[in-house]
Order: sequence, then structure tokens, then C-alpha cells
Amino acid sequence: MRDTRFKALFDPKGVIVAGASSHPAKFGFVTLHNILASGYEGKVFATSRDGEEVLGIKTVPSVQDLPAGEADLAFVCTPASFNLDLLRECAGNGVRAAFLTSAGYGEAGEEGKRMEDELVALADELGILLCGPNGQGVVSTPSKLCAQIVAPYPPAGRIGIASQSGNFVSSFLNFAVQTGVGVSRAVSAGNAASTTVPDYLDFYADDPATAVGLAYVEGIRDGRAFYDRVRSVTERKPLVLLKGGASEYGQRAAASHTGALAADDIVFTGMCRQAGVTRAATVEEAYEAAATFATQPLPRGNRVVVMTTAGGWGVVTADALAKTSLELTPLPPDLQADIDTKLPPRWSRNNPVDLAAGETRDTIPELLDLITAHPDVDAVIYLGLGIQSNQARMMRRGPYYPDHGLERIVAYHERQDARFAEAAAEASEKYDKPVLTATELATADPENAGPAAVRATGRLCYASSNRAVTALDHLWRHAQWRRRRGLD
Amino acid sequence: MPTLSEASSKRVLARAGVPVLDERVVATADGAADAADEIGYPVVAKLCGDAIAHKTERGLVRLRLDDRDAVHAAATDLLAAARPEDGNVDVLVAPMVSGTRELIAGLHADEQFGMTIMLGVGGILAEAVKDVTFRLVPIERRDAEEMLNDLQMQALLGAFRGEAAADREKLVAVLLGLSKAAQDDPSITSADVNPLIITADGTPVAVDALVEVAS
Repeated sequence: MRDTRFKALFDPKGVIVAGASSHPAKFGFVTLHNILASGYEGKVFATSRDGEEVLGIKTVPSVQDLPAGEADLAFVCTPASFNLDLLRECAGNGVRAAFLTSAGYGEAGEEGKRMEDELVALADELGILLCGPNGQGVVSTPSKLCAQIVAPYPPAGRIGIASQSGNFVSSFLNFAVQTGVGVSRAVSAGNAASTTVPDYLDFYADDPATAVGLAYVEGIRDGRAFYDRVRSVTERKPLVLLKGGASEYGQRAAASHTGALAADDIVFTGMCRQAGVTRAATVEEAYEAAATFATQPLPRGNRVVVMTTAGGWGVVTADALAKTSLELTPLPPDLQADIDTKLPPRWSRNNPVDLAAGETRDTIPELLDLITAHPDVDAVIYLGLGIQSNQARMMRRGPYYPDHGLERIVAYHERQDARFAEAAAEASEKYDKPVLTATELATADPENAGPAAVRATGRLCYASSNRAVTALDHLWRHAQWRRRRGLD
Repeated sequence: MPTLSEASSKRVLARAGVPVLDERVVATADGAADAADEIGYPVVAKLCGDAIAHKTERGLVRLRLDDRDAVHAAATDLLAAARPEDGNVDVLVAPMVSGTRELIAGLHADEQFGMTIMLGVGGILAEAVKDVTFRLVPIERRDAEEMLNDLQMQALLGAFRGEAAADREKLVAVLLGLSKAAQDDPSITSADVNPLIITADGTPVAVDALVEVAS
């Protein structure tokens, strides 16, 4: 049974910001600002003690003063002591979901815990989906909603984020901004008094806007229930998990943070493998795994070809592959013969396919198509994008531009790198296989025409081949988990 | 929490499908010698009882007994070494199994996740190496197969120093048996199959087992 109240949370027809403020440092101002600035198209209302005007919105002292049935989400910035009455008024006005950013609840000791219990009981009685308290907010790009007390508003995409720590929502959203691989929904669970991380993930699992779940968790109160919940998610969609409290040191930090003890890490790792959860070791690994699930097809096998314009990168990538479940596949003889027709004889004639600078204008797009098409190749990693555009950048900024033919060659290089990035995406789509592009220019010079064109295709440009290998390994492990269990 | 004797532990696990040795529990030295004749030499003799958990430390395990006389003498010694607090004791006679590869498998009730099943690399360096993997009970066949793949020391499971590759099907049977034992009998609080020796022909053999049950 789908809980339709999640629609009020993520795709509300109208939002009430309770506790708005005209002071630009207060959460009640920042939230209203972020909702309005991100282009939310539903109705926006606000309450404040004094009924002042904030960012052009005429606030009212009470929710009861607002037209009934116009807003189904309340974003609550008021102090805890106000919130029971507020919830009753919201319910009376047609609100079905409330996100509470208010602090002073379970995280604040015995009395706070008692207030939190009261809040949960009341929300249950009123039939309101209670999110938080003590959370950062909710983001939903299909509704252009950025109801949170912090930046940023991410580009739209297919990653659904749920986090026990609001800061990690921000981290993931910042990665979305940086990489261009966007987000469908994001929510900080706060104290998760009523609605927990698995509840949000369960919604994402059936959400057509979301292709993959991405979650941060630390304390887990009932491990067995958590397993059952996440397993039911992974059976529908991939789920990437970052867990705090993995080491003994981390566990002490977690205990002081949420009051819940972290589970033993070895058991937790086994639980993830059993449940088909993709567990990432670091925040960037987590984001990149999710971004890869969101933008690349699952591999049908583990045979990888590395294509590189220069030798060293290929060698290091081969080393990285050797530490994973992926295989640097021997180059099939017919593929080798086909590549022979496209390159001078000095190319590596093996995998990695090292072009040894033998490429001409159309070689890279042709080879990407040829290699990806081959039935004995399951995935391709392409290295060397953007080199010529990097030179172009130096020429463009140097003292001789645009003379000496520089204007023309700069434009040519940039056009070529954009073509190569597009060819990688096209080959991936055409043959339904992962084709990953990696270059440090993705972060060293994001404006380089190569990485910029990868972003424009909606895919991730990996900042190193090792990171591409790690992400692809996660996809292959999950693909095997699905296949062994007869799932899609 | 009370432990079961080695023989009862193995019976509990064998009922659930964990492959154990062809071994006999006897009350006398003559019985031990007869059992050894049936099993074939060499054999191992151990003193066995519900209250005896640490046989090796007390010198209650006699290895590599090559003939009837040696078995008779060992069994006589073992029965004489029993202490009043050991309660009812028997002698367990089993084929002498040797192999250079030792694994460990078991059940453990985890505070967060409830009953879990473990497979790891055994032997004296086991705790230093910590090459172990867990799953939540119950497991399915593919979970057991994936547990085998989880071990870092995959070389141990392949052909190794002149010994055959480990029989993965039989290792899977050990894990599925342990999982089933935990499901069949909720009073089991932990179990150790240690060592789980991979013999030269690749067969995994539960050489010792200890099951703990709720009182």
C-alpha cells in the first residue's frame, strides 16, 4: 500500500512555511528564500508572529488565517513548544505532511524525548506524515521544490537521497551541482521520530522520477527490520549506502551523535551483501556509484575494454581492474583486426587499447562504436578526453591568440573533444552497455570542452580511472546480485 | 549458557545437513578399539561430555592412533582423566583427518541483527587475519555461494600445494546446514565448526563442533 502522504511531501500543491522571519539569517527566512528562489510552482504561504511581509509574501499569525485546502505541506521552523498546536491547525487546514526543522526534541535529552513522543502521537492521530524533527529539509526537482534551511538546490536528475545526517544531504547535493548528475528527491530524516530513512527509500523504490537510492545511516535500532526494508528496496531499485560508525573510532562518534549504537561492521557488511545494497566507503564513492547507476546501464558481464590515447593511464587502469570483480578482457581477434584497419601499427594491439597517438579526426568515435558493439565486450572505459582542449585553453589564454591560426585550431580541438564525449554516450545508448569516461580534467578544469560535453550528455565524467573502475565494479556486483536472484 | 558435547553438537548439526565424519561414541576402551577397527586407521580419540568444552587444553585429544592397541591404550587414559565435574563422559572415535587448509564456520547471535552465520579462514592465525564473512540467518544457496566468494584468500579454495580445489558444493552444504540448524532449533545461541578442514581431495570436514544452547 503506497502512503499517498509522501506525494504531499515531495510534490505538494502548496507549502506553508510556519515561523517565517524577515531576518535573513533565520531558518524561517532562508527556507522561504530557497523555496521562492528555486522556482517552486505551487502556492507558497507563510506564518509569523507579527504577520509581517517576508520576500513579498504577506505572512499571517496563524495557519487558521490561511485559505483551507490550498497547501498540503507544512515546513515548520517554529520552536518546539508551539508545534503541537501548529500541527492541529495544519491538519484542520488540509496539510498532510509536515517537515519539522525545529530542534529541542529527542536529541536534547529526556524532556525533549518526551515532547518528541507527544509530537509523533499527535501526528499519528491527525494522519499527518511527520518528517524530522531537527532535519534540514526536503528537495524535489520534479516540483522544483527546495524547502531546506541550507543550499544548494541541485540539478534535476534521478538520484533519490535520504540521510540520517542533514550535512550529508548537502554533501550529496554539492556533488550533484559539481558533476551535473542530478537528483530527483532529497530529504534529511533529522531525528527520524516517525518517518525513517527506510521509509523514504521505500517511496523512492516505487517513484518513477527516481532510478537509484542513495542513503547515509549511522545508528540502526533494529537491524533485522532494517535488513528487511532495504532488501525490499534493492529488489526494486539499486541502493547505495554510506554508513557512519564503521570503525571503532567512528562508532564512538556515532554514539554521541544520535545516541544509537552502531552495528558491528563485519556483520553490517555481510548484511549489505545479502540485501544487494551497494555499500560505499566514502562520500564521493557513494555519490559516484549512485550517479553511475542513474546514468549508465547495468553491465551484462564483467569483460572490460580500456581505450586510452596514452599508455600510462591504461596501465594504471589495468592495475585497478585487477583488484575488482571486473576483468580486463583479452582483445577478441576479430576486434583487434578491425582496430588494425583504423590505426597505424604502433597501437598496443591488446587491451588496454592504447592508440599511441595514432588517431586521426574520426578514429575515436569510430573505435568507441566498434569496441562497444563487440559481443565479447561488456563495458568500456575511455581515457584521454580533453587533452587537446587543454592545449586549446592555453592557446586561447596565451599572447598569440587568435592569430597564427590559433582561433581555428582551438575551435577544432574543442569541437573534437565534445564529439568524443558524445560518441561515448551514443555508443553506450546504442549497445546498452556502460561506457565510462575518466579524466582528471573533470575536476582540474570542468570547463574543458571534453568534461563539459560529458556533463551535457547527463553522464558523470570520472575524475580518475580508478574512480571509474570502482563505480563500474559496484554496478557489476549489483547486476550479479540481481541476476542470481532472478530479478530483472 | 550450556554447551553440548562434541558428539551432541555434531548430531544437532548433522541432522540439519552439516556433513560430519563417520565417528562413534563409546563408553569403554574395548568399545573404542572395536570402533576404530570399523572406521579404519589412523583414528583420533577424544574424551567427550556436555561439560567438557576445552579438550585440547586438558590434553583430552589423542591424534593419529595407528592400530587397535594404541586406541585401547589412549581410550583407557582418557577415561581415567575424567574429573567428577565432567559428569557423564564417553570416548569419541573418529577418522584422523588431515589437510593444510582450515576454515571456520559458525552461528552467532548479533545484538543488532539476531542470528548470523559466519564463514572464515581458520587456523592459528585466524584472529590476526580476520578473513571472515557474515550473513543473516536464514541464508539461501546463492548467499552461501557468495559467502565463499567473499573470502579474501580465494587461493585457499583453489588447488593448493598439491591438494585439490575445495569442494564448493560441500562447503555450501555446511553453510546451509548451519543456517537450517539455527532455524530448526531456536534454542541454539551459537555454534562453532572449528576447524573445518579441507582435506587433500578438497572435501570439507567438520572435525570439531561446539553448539551452545539457551538454558
